[in-house]
Amino acid sequence: MRFKAALENYILVFPAVLIFSIFYIIPFFSVLQLGFYEWDGILPTKIFVGLNNFKEIFTDRVWWQALWQSGYITLIALTFQNALAFLLAWACDREIRMKNFYRVLFFIPPVLSEVVVGLVWQWILNGNYGILNHWLTHFGFANLTRNWLADPNTALTTVAIVHCWKGFGWGFLLFLAGLQTIPRELYEAARVDGANAWSTFKNVTIPLMIPVVIMVAILTILGTMQVFVLIYTMTGGGPGYHTEVPVLRILASMRGSSRFGYACAQGITFGVILCMVSFVQLMISRKARN
Amino acid sequence: MKSTIYYKTKKITVNLIIHLFLLTVAVTCIFPLLWMISSSLKTQETIFKDMSLIPQSLNFANYYHAWVEGGFGRYFLNSIFYTVAVVIGIVIISSMAAYAFSRLRFAGRNVLFIIFMAAMMIPIQGSFVALYVLLNKLNLRNTALGYILCMINVGLSTSIFLLKTFFDKMPKELEDAARIDGCTKLGIWWHVALPLAKPVLAVVVVLNALNVWNEFILALLIFDSRPLMPLQVALMTFQGEFVTRYPLLMAGLTIAALPIIILYLLMQKYIVKGVTQGAVVG
Repeated sequence: MRFKAALENYILVFPAVLIFSIFYIIPFFSVLQLGFYEWDGILPTKIFVGLNNFKEIFTDRVWWQALWQSGYITLIALTFQNALAFLLAWACDREIRMKNFYRVLFFIPPVLSEVVVGLVWQWILNGNYGILNHWLTHFGFANLTRNWLADPNTALTTVAIVHCWKGFGWGFLLFLAGLQTIPRELYEAARVDGANAWSTFKNVTIPLMIPVVIMVAILTILGTMQVFVLIYTMTGGGPGYHTEVPVLRILASMRGSSRFGYACAQGITFGVILCMVSFVQLMISRKARN
Repeated sequence: MKSTIYYKTKKITVNLIIHLFLLTVAVTCIFPLLWMISSSLKTQETIFKDMSLIPQSLNFANYYHAWVEGGFGRYFLNSIFYTVAVVIGIVIISSMAAYAFSRLRFAGRNVLFIIFMAAMMIPIQGSFVALYVLLNKLNLRNTALGYILCMINVGLSTSIFLLKTFFDKMPKELEDAARIDGCTKLGIWWHVALPLAKPVLAVVVVLNALNVWNEFILALLIFDSRPLMPLQVALMTFQGEFVTRYPLLMAGLTIAALPIIILYLLMQKYIVKGVTQGAVVG
């Protein structure tokens, strides 16, 4: 009887544990293992090369360029995208008409697939026939027109801005949810005390929103560092290597040059870097809370 | 003392500026979609000349071509099939596990739960390399089953978390009544817990449906043969082959985007809930 009861417990968790073990745990350890091998993904023999893959990463110029570029996109997302999201949330967190209308529209880009977003923006930004260049010419800024995604000077920033376009609605929702938990009485009290809009914002809103801001910042950094589908669809990493990001490099090592071991070593390196980043952030948020 | 008119004008001006700001951003959000639809209604001849948002003549032939010749009818059905299969799988598997984690006492419960939650926070970089190798070994690559199982795994952790949070707050009385009536644990899960969990199940369904419909990288690596491809991968293949046939591509994109937009407009309450709750753990 007792055995049967215990068995039933395990039957309930079994399917989840089984799928999770096969498709998460096993790949996790095989990435860790493959990083120390040279393997083309097909041959039955893998050659153990020790730390060679990792040594190679240190001198892989394109890899570090890709890492730096994803850092650049992250920086833009962290500042521009989150500032925009916060401002919009703040503007919507009041008695204002069409609040729901705005909220519904702002979250449309985040629900779209990156492939759709990437290809639509590629068409808008097209150097010859894109609507953006057409408008620029039409309104007398013909000298500003360029092939946005093919020009090495603009490609990375353009990609970053499209990324922000896709993502700000998501930060907006989290900020708005945070703002709505602030008790209205606090604003009332501030007004009775004669505080103007700015000092209310500075002394009531901001301090209470710090935990949400930190949370959004952490999620933005981790999410943006791993960006790649959008870039894959818009530029494929080009022109040259100007919009390469780490995950695209991992994919290229695997599919382009059939070096599965090196791809895994890159994955491990990138994973460690991300862990360090989130660790630093956790420390900062601990400090901010105390 | 400043007059009431002063305050009124000030308030109206402030509101006007705020609306202007919000409207500008809202237009930026919606314009690319309108442009996509507009471009899909132009012809290969007019698309490079007609720069107006409302095309001079509406040409629906692109949808027919994309659907029939471009094969998007097939890809569309594939996407629907994968989405439905994965969502059903996730709902059953994650609710069983979440119920066990929330209500039942057994050895290894906490460890298992923590592992599931840790997986949500540590995405393995380059896991797709290993998954590709693994599926090859299991002969599951280039099969619908392989893709469905992978995607079930992707949605598992978040869904378990959302459902467990709900079950933790659920009153125990109903389950006790069912137990006294001689219901097994599996019976209680199916007859009592699942029906009560409908609101959170809606969140789980919508979030995962969005995720599967929009998924790209695993589908790209898993499927070689076209008849199995879902929309997102097919779009990229299509774009690679017909680089300059923009009206057709835009029709394909509209076919891929429209179901998601409709789902979102109908279920936005649940999406908002899922996003805000899901972020708390992330």
